Amino acid sequence: MSFEVIVFYLFAGLTLTSAFLVIVVRNPVHAALSLILCFFSSAGLWLLLEAEFLAIVLVLVYVGAVMVLFMFVVMMLDINLAEIRKGFLKYLALALVVVAPMILIIGTVASSSYFDMPRYSAAVKQVAGHNNTYEIGKELFTKYVWPFEIAAVILLVAIVAAIALTLRTTRQLKNPNVEQQLSVERDKRIRLVDMGAE
Amino acid sequence: MTIKDYFFELTSWLPLELSLTLWTTVKIMAICVPLMLSVAYLTFAERKIIGYIQARVGPNRVGPRGWLQPIADALKLLCKEIVIPTGANKLLFLTAPILALAPSLAAWAVIPFDSTLVLSDINAGLLYVLALTSLGVYGIIVAGWASNSKYAFLGSMRSAAQIVSYEIAMGFALVGVLIAAGSLNLGAIIRAQDSELGMFGWFWAPLFPVFIIYFISGVAETNRAPFDVSEGESEIVAGFHVEYAGMAFALFFLAEYANMILVSALTAVLFLGGWLSPVEWIPDGIHWLLIKISFFLFLFLWFRATFPRYRYDQIMRLGWKIFLPITIVWIVVISAMVVWKVPPWFANSAI
Amino acid sequence: MSKIFEYLKGLTLWELLKGLRLTSSYLFSRKVTVQYPEEKTPQSSRFRGLHALRRYPNGEERCIACKLCEAVCPALAISIESEQREDGTRRTTKYEIDLTKCIFCGFCEESCPVDSIVETRHFEYHGEKRGDLLMTKDDLLAVGDRMEAQIARDRQQESDYR
Repeated sequence: MSFEVIVFYLFAGLTLTSAFLVIVVRNPVHAALSLILCFFSSAGLWLLLEAEFLAIVLVLVYVGAVMVLFMFVVMMLDINLAEIRKGFLKYLALALVVVAPMILIIGTVASSSYFDMPRYSAAVKQVAGHNNTYEIGKELFTKYVWPFEIAAVILLVAIVAAIALTLRTTRQLKNPNVEQQLSVERDKRIRLVDMGAE
Repeated sequence: MTIKDYFFELTSWLPLELSLTLWTTVKIMAICVPLMLSVAYLTFAERKIIGYIQARVGPNRVGPRGWLQPIADALKLLCKEIVIPTGANKLLFLTAPILALAPSLAAWAVIPFDSTLVLSDINAGLLYVLALTSLGVYGIIVAGWASNSKYAFLGSMRSAAQIVSYEIAMGFALVGVLIAAGSLNLGAIIRAQDSELGMFGWFWAPLFPVFIIYFISGVAETNRAPFDVSEGESEIVAGFHVEYAGMAFALFFLAEYANMILVSALTAVLFLGGWLSPVEWIPDGIHWLLIKISFFLFLFLWFRATFPRYRYDQIMRLGWKIFLPITIVWIVVISAMVVWKVPPWFANSAI
Repeated sequence: MSKIFEYLKGLTLWELLKGLRLTSSYLFSRKVTVQYPEEKTPQSSRFRGLHALRRYPNGEERCIACKLCEAVCPALAISIESEQREDGTRRTTKYEIDLTKCIFCGFCEESCPVDSIVETRHFEYHGEKRGDLLMTKDDLLAVGDRMEAQIARDRQQESDYR
């Protein structure tokens, strides 16, 4: 077994274990941290495939930004676990009914010939110094430029929609006007008056 | 015979993978040990410089002129007990300091000290640094939550929001650098700054607003004064590390100062030409990088001695409403300069 | 127009640079630190440090157990018990000052009709245990005996204002 294979099984095992932990640990903060570990080990797997750009972007975007906000929310919540677990058996039947078609769909898609290994050529080992950042950029901005730009516009719409939905201009705002506060200068507030000694 | 050859001869009885791993470990030690020493003496420099600015003399009792003060501090922290508060999440409470320190050390892997001296010369070096600096926030968040303390939690929430906000301004500033250099590799970025213009060919000149914004965001990212609301000792005691004592606290301290050195090194590499020499009669080399890093570290301390702490809403305003628009505008400007080959900087750019 | 000018001026970080210039000028200014054990700041003759009980030149203790100091002490640090001596004078049998309570306000000294309890210039004392800072009558008299010359000189200097 070569060194690379050992590293692969290490990361693969870590990914599966942490992904499993995400759904079984009781504490939501622990679950979020397991998810972070899962992202990390899958970034490690990508590094093994020499996709360093994707690996680092995965860490940068998901671990560095998205999961921070997740943690933010999860830590703010005061979840009473006993309360949630109370009706477990009662909802189990309903949950199974919902989950069964999902498993069926995932199973059909995964076992269909669309994801067959022979359809894809094996990853080719490139020479050292090969710049895959450049390759990805070229693909994104030539072959996939329309999907790329459309995805960008959709995300922009989502941002604008989220802001529009949460913006409450009718509410009486009491936060100070920072611009006005910062524009104050010494000369506008203080007048030095020369007074002779009495 | 180089040290590397000597090392491999010494470990020739081991399998090649193992001796390679050992050699990398040796290289990592060669970066981390001087780094930790500089952190120790940075704390000393901070106390001395801030003392001098306040017309005091600073620590001068331990050793000649106080030079053993950091060692005394480290010994004291080592001997102290680590107190774990009741109700704290013990595992996370002890993991948090490690989470804080590890990224600030790991980021040094891609910093080029010299034209050949770099631990790992990866293509996406700039992104790697950005990814790792954004990870430092986990130590703070986890510490605040695991401490089971209001002050710690408030501090970590402030810090998380602040770091995520400034991450964006910082990222856009780096996009400017990457457009100007045409590469994500830090060594290539420095080589792109090497022109006949000398120090005016470095990226601080064409990217001046971005350079200022990057450094200020770096100050905010490391939670240093005037952006140290996550510590805020006058309002939330000491913020996220109130509950920490002894070596666990020392790790947070190390992380903060290692991050300061990292941000200074990055600013020097990205905008001030790293190892490049500004004058002709002194050759390029690691000494120039060290001088540039020291300059930015001095700025950190100078800022701390000068500016009062920002109010939190003003920090957010600065990040989102001032820095972000300016960097975006400057990205457009720099792209235009690169595309139209604007002299003197981009007259022979590759695109 | 001036608004635009001020906005542009803000972008140059002008005011921050002014602040930085000020602090950097202090970087090279004369340092005023007092190197404490070697150097000391001058003390006033009214300095309020460790307490002492004084004696008359003939060796008789001044304190007449009037308990004014005990009454005036805002921190309730003084406790006194008294008895009549064989020669018919009233003297203290117990005179204790708890220095962990004392706030060094000097009221005891002001209230004393016979200038018995005084506060000396001595402030570099310590206790290794809590009880060490409970000054008994013997301790206080010993301080008084040790520092009488200095105490008398300070009172003499201040006598014009009393």
